[in-house]
Amino acid sequence: MEVFVQQLINGITLGSIYGLIAIGYTMVFGIIGMVNFAHGDVFMVSAFIALITLLLLTTWLGIGSFVIALFVVLIVAMLFTSLVNWAIERVAYRPLRGSFRLAPLISAIGMSIFLSNFVQVAQGPRVKSIPPFFNEVIVLTPEGSGYEVAISYKQIVVWLVTAALLLVFWFVVSKTALGRAQRACEQDQKMAALLGIDVDRTVSITFVIAAALAAVAGTMYLMYYGVVSFADGFVPGVKAFTAAVLGGIGSLPGAVIGGLLIGLIETMWSAYFSIDYKDVAAFSILAITMIFLPQGILGRPDVEKV
Amino acid sequence: MEALPSASRVDLARALRQTAITALIAFGLLLPLIGFNTVQNIRNEIVLQARWPLLAALVAIIAAGRFVHAIFIAPTLARRALRPRREDAERAATHARRVRWLTPFTLGFALLYPALALSIVGTQGAVKWIDNFGVQILIYVMLGWGLNIVVGLAGLLDLGYVAFYAVGAYSYALLANTFGLSFWILLPVAGCLAAFWGILLGFPVLRLRGDYLAIVTLAFGEIIRLILINWVPVTNGYAGISSIPRPTFFGIPFNASDEGFAARFGLEFSPVYRTIFLYYVILALALLTAAMTVRLRRLPVGRAWEALREDEIACRSLGINTTNTKLTAFAMGAMFAGFAGSFFAARQGFISPESFTFTESAVIVAIVVLGGMGSLLGVAIAAVIMIGGTEIMRELDFLKAIFGNNFDPTQYRMLLFGFAMVLIMVWRPRGLISTREPSTLLNAPRASILREQKSTQPSLARERHG
Repeated sequence: MEVFVQQLINGITLGSIYGLIAIGYTMVFGIIGMVNFAHGDVFMVSAFIALITLLLLTTWLGIGSFVIALFVVLIVAMLFTSLVNWAIERVAYRPLRGSFRLAPLISAIGMSIFLSNFVQVAQGPRVKSIPPFFNEVIVLTPEGSGYEVAISYKQIVVWLVTAALLLVFWFVVSKTALGRAQRACEQDQKMAALLGIDVDRTVSITFVIAAALAAVAGTMYLMYYGVVSFADGFVPGVKAFTAAVLGGIGSLPGAVIGGLLIGLIETMWSAYFSIDYKDVAAFSILAITMIFLPQGILGRPDVEKV
Repeated sequence: MEALPSASRVDLARALRQTAITALIAFGLLLPLIGFNTVQNIRNEIVLQARWPLLAALVAIIAAGRFVHAIFIAPTLARRALRPRREDAERAATHARRVRWLTPFTLGFALLYPALALSIVGTQGAVKWIDNFGVQILIYVMLGWGLNIVVGLAGLLDLGYVAFYAVGAYSYALLANTFGLSFWILLPVAGCLAAFWGILLGFPVLRLRGDYLAIVTLAFGEIIRLILINWVPVTNGYAGISSIPRPTFFGIPFNASDEGFAARFGLEFSPVYRTIFLYYVILALALLTAAMTVRLRRLPVGRAWEALREDEIACRSLGINTTNTKLTAFAMGAMFAGFAGSFFAARQGFISPESFTFTESAVIVAIVVLGGMGSLLGVAIAAVIMIGGTEIMRELDFLKAIFGNNFDPTQYRMLLFGFAMVLIMVWRPRGLISTREPSTLLNAPRASILREQKSTQPSLARERHG
């Protein structure tokens, strides 16, 4: 039981990170119907930007307060990652809109290879680790019991930040003119354009929002695990994509639910079965979902029209 | 005519504005990751180092590129866009003529390549040139042609193709090491096993299309790789399998012994003979793939593949069994990957899961797509450019003289590879050789006939393919 509760706590933390990345996949797929293969690498880039900002703040500017540092790091990472994703969309995807179906996917694969190798060349192939900080935990079990269930402050920060940003994001998508434009473009781009919506701009903003959420995930990932390397984009990216598909691609709450599910499945699998095969489990879920439940938990079935 | 100079002056102002904007964006993009470097200091703590000169240089290069583009390239492209486009039929005819001329030339060059290498760089240098460029490129040509059946002909994007390559390689390595069977017996066995896996993995994905199919095949490819890593008793995990038997010249080994190839044929021993032999083996395998593809395209199954690529629903409503069509495509493609895999294992003598990562799959897909899905010659050219290009990066030692001794060109291989993938997609989304001729047409008018008609009756010809 204690093991289960502990894994539940770990799983939700991991799942919130996956959920944040998954929203990026699901939004982009919803609006232009492409699997943004480079999104996992955008997440990795954002973790590096967060790392550099954090070092800049702590070692160069000497800021000691954890809260201020985290806040600034989040903002800076979101800004720069948004710029990166905006540029990627302009350079690699926009010229291909209206081209044959697989062209953007292949371009995105190229982008993904480019990004991870760019970081490898620019920052070196070694795993970067930040000095340990903020390691206090709250022990939930009474003293003297064999297995300690604990929530670390880091995990609470991850939950709070994720929840707060999801709330902001939900507000933007459902209550603002921007969100309405986005949903209109999802339904019918031509019609939306006829009604005076700037489709290109809306797509750009979608990429910016996706990147901002990926940057939150990247910052949380860096804070939670304390390490990041250039190769950390691919597997979390695929898992987050699995989450998006599991939740129903195109559905925003679905992405969050999917993310939490994948996070829980992964931690439970590692705890009860075999940690070596945890990625096999994630990939198998991806394949099984796509084959047997392609519309996901909350998605609409895809009707094919001739 | 008088308007031109003033127009160009306006262009200069605009070009400068565009350059400034681009420089600003480039600065923003590169500031975190190029402007600062994270390094470990003596106490193994992570610290920042500023790299302002590098940042400034890169931003300057990008700005200069944008300026040149705005001043010279964009106007040229705009002028070219105004020029009347050539008729499709005419382009197809030029293309057909080019292919007819290029194919025998390429083939002849491929056949004579070892001899050329031997005569130019001598026995010592030739090993490197034949192995790194000849054999390496031909493996990818073969993989490209194999995947071309799945992606180019049947239109199913397979991102896990390297899994079948791995199945072939491990089949050969394990069977040869365990039972001591020879390369020539195990080559078809590896092909069959890979084809079997192709069908096995093809079954569940039959209902999927497009992006989803691509992602599921990616997942399968990764699952196979993770199993190869984790199933240590059989595959030896990360350490891989070594001392795999090398292929023999129909029973005669390539070694320095009295029974060896060189001694039997009265030649002085040199490793170059094995390399040349391997070169011709992979050339033959690749040509077998090409020949099969050309013949299959004319068979009902090949026609069904192409129909499937163009429109699956139409295909099904015409009574084509899409299940069998897809499975045969998967099995055929996988079989050739299995052949290539067992050749790879035999050539290397050592295999590990490192050789079968997703990047390899992406490279093969890139080759097929850049070659212009479906075109054999295009795929071959793309393989030469992409693999030859990255291999040449290894040879660029003179760059060290320019950029200092720490400069390692091989680091930039995949970086440039990814960049090239994006660039070529944007520039020519249909690939290098993009004219995809249908294998058959109803009442097919030959392109040349069309051209004659057009010269006499332009309006009629346009109607025909309008």
